[in-house]
Amino acid sequence: MADKKHYDTPMLDELENGPWPSFISGIKHLRDDHENGTIRGVANSLLGQLEHSYETRKGYWKGGTISVYGYGGGIIPRFSEVGDQFVESKEFHTLRVQPPAGNYYTTDMLRQLSESWEKYGSGLITFHGQTGNIMFIGTTNENIQHFFDEVNEYGWDLGGAGPCVRTGMSCVGMARCEQSCCNEHAIHRHLMNNFTDDVHRPALPYKFKFKVSGCPNDCQNSIERSDFAIIGTWRDDMKVDQEEVKAFIAKKGRQYVIDNVTTRCPSDCMTLNDDDTLTIDNSNCVRCMHCLNVMNKALTPGDDRGVTILIGGKRTLKIGDLMGTVIIPFKKLDTMEDYEELVELAEEVIDFWAENGLEHERCGEMIERIGLVNFLEGIGIEVDLNMIAEPRQCSYIRMDGWNEEATKWFERKAEEASA
Amino acid sequence: MALDMRSPIESGCPDGFQYMHPTMRRNYGLWKYHEHPRPGVLVHYAHSGEEIWTVKCATQRILDSFTLRTLCDIGDKYADGYIHFTIRSNVEYVVDTEEKVQPLIDAIEAAGFIVGGTANSIATLSHTQGWLHCDIPATDASGVVKSMMDELINEFKECNMPNRVHMSTSCCQINCGGSSDIAINIQHTKPPRIDHTQVGNVCERPSVVARCPVAAIRPAMVDGKPSLEVDEKKCICCGACFPPCPPMQINDAEHSKLAIWVGGNHSNARGKPTFQRLVAAGVPNNPPRWPEVTAIVKKILNTYKTDAKDWERMNDWIERIGWPQFFEKTGLPFTKYHIDNWRGARNSLNASTHIRF
Repeated sequence: MADKKHYDTPMLDELENGPWPSFISGIKHLRDDHENGTIRGVANSLLGQLEHSYETRKGYWKGGTISVYGYGGGIIPRFSEVGDQFVESKEFHTLRVQPPAGNYYTTDMLRQLSESWEKYGSGLITFHGQTGNIMFIGTTNENIQHFFDEVNEYGWDLGGAGPCVRTGMSCVGMARCEQSCCNEHAIHRHLMNNFTDDVHRPALPYKFKFKVSGCPNDCQNSIERSDFAIIGTWRDDMKVDQEEVKAFIAKKGRQYVIDNVTTRCPSDCMTLNDDDTLTIDNSNCVRCMHCLNVMNKALTPGDDRGVTILIGGKRTLKIGDLMGTVIIPFKKLDTMEDYEELVELAEEVIDFWAENGLEHERCGEMIERIGLVNFLEGIGIEVDLNMIAEPRQCSYIRMDGWNEEATKWFERKAEEASA
Repeated sequence: MALDMRSPIESGCPDGFQYMHPTMRRNYGLWKYHEHPRPGVLVHYAHSGEEIWTVKCATQRILDSFTLRTLCDIGDKYADGYIHFTIRSNVEYVVDTEEKVQPLIDAIEAAGFIVGGTANSIATLSHTQGWLHCDIPATDASGVVKSMMDELINEFKECNMPNRVHMSTSCCQINCGGSSDIAINIQHTKPPRIDHTQVGNVCERPSVVARCPVAAIRPAMVDGKPSLEVDEKKCICCGACFPPCPPMQINDAEHSKLAIWVGGNHSNARGKPTFQRLVAAGVPNNPPRWPEVTAIVKKILNTYKTDAKDWERMNDWIERIGWPQFFEKTGLPFTKYHIDNWRGARNSLNASTHIRF
């Protein structure tokens, strides 16, 4: 059967001009040249609807509830509101598939995924959506199950969609970065694969995201964009190779180091000596990473490494932006027991939030509503000075438990000292 | 349908080591330092003496299977058969010797992809789905990015900015694109238009009421039908009611505008992480090329490029020169809408005599 007439796309055609790669050219390639007639038809129909959106400045997709057998989520259903005009793409659902931590692939695996998708879907894929999934964009009610069955057989599983634990994200990490202070792969998989049930069967107040960054540069954007941020750090002295410091100064000059390294230190903990060496006041270093970024050959994280955990980051909806806040200033992750403790902490947090969060309330919003101390008591974590930027300003609080709390603090300190 | 349904294998997140270049597997956690020999190329040296060369390139992000296959062909022929995607959807090829780098770059560029995006360049905009696939978008995302990167391509290919620049676009106020050095987001300016014949059938009314950040929605009977009404004096036109209740249409061809936010920075380097702040709004949502928003973004970028010191991110630069100078240097209008009135807003006011004259 001959292909349908192509929709005119004068506005989209404008997006084929210019040097940046064009997604419109890509979709047209599918429309014009794909051997599978269904894909050609879907691409034509999709371009027709997209042009219609460009002309009217309006979207025409509606959601719904679809999943695969045994799961409750993982699919972003899309039904066209103008499906009678653009028939071939009237069902255009996305499957969210979990990538490996750090987003590594072999070309063989990408080809295999692509072939499965050409069998059952539109041929459009994005690596990755903003929540971290591989997005297989555009298939029908029926083919969702077929595609999932096929890729699930060779090792791929759906990610989260809806009020559930969402797909995790990790930075490039130890695989290719000298600044990484934690094993992102191990952290990511221990956490995600402990919560597969909460990923696949949405039953939480709202979404819950884990993100892992290997160091405080936080390339994964975990403080701002995740409910549970795990960030690698170290607590001993940073390592200084003084010969490399001298080599750096010989190449870039003293003034460059003063202007771009020592005076940029946020806690003023670096001194450039007359002999072109650096002295670091490590007890005052806040592990911001700036000097290590500029002089990465000379300065490296220390050896006593672990993670800082911050909880409650999210974007605007509903009460405004929230950064994650420190809940665990430092945690070693060396042994299996350490990892089990990490998973247990995540379970505590999610259980407490599932119990106490309101519908559509993120974990950070709940903490804002009930106060950090109630949250800490709920998950069984003691207060720590690193959780705050400064102590209370306002005297409006009942403090008749002061003596007990102060005693508790000194007991904790004594315990730590004797440990 | 119910016959012979296959139970899923709940394998969750797969093991990434099987997809990692062998040099990266062998040197996992054992890297020593890296260098940046030219834009788009990084070389990492391991304690073992091995090295890995990375070539970063940009694609259109919405990949068709032909394009994905081209990327794989390049990977097989010129790299070592491995592809890494960055969190901003760039492709990174990794090879174990320097000799493979130039032929790889040549092949990437011959195929129409753009090598760059490393260090102090403008990285690919992270973006959302827009009209292509989202159910609540007021604008497109891929099209805005394509239009903007056509004009900023040299800043992607070269490393001439004071520090890296991360940008994002989002097609509603939820801002899935994320906080960035420069973020282009939709800002609705009119309350939702309500189809009262549909609300009672389609929407779970109590949860829609609960969703409103300013409690402007209340249940009402309209023409004898259960519906919802909006107190338009209270309404902040955020669109939070639209996803749970599609008959409360917030998107408007004329009144859904673009706004530009700057200074979001997720890194802890130097200062603590910062959220983006509003600098421009009322920008027309003008497909297919959105020239007005690109013009403002370019003006901000050029001012930053000229004025900021090495290693200053957008937020570091503005903190040093102060907001009055930011507005003066960029020529953007300062309005009453820039003054925050949300919770915690007093922290954003100047409670001092620190004023630059």
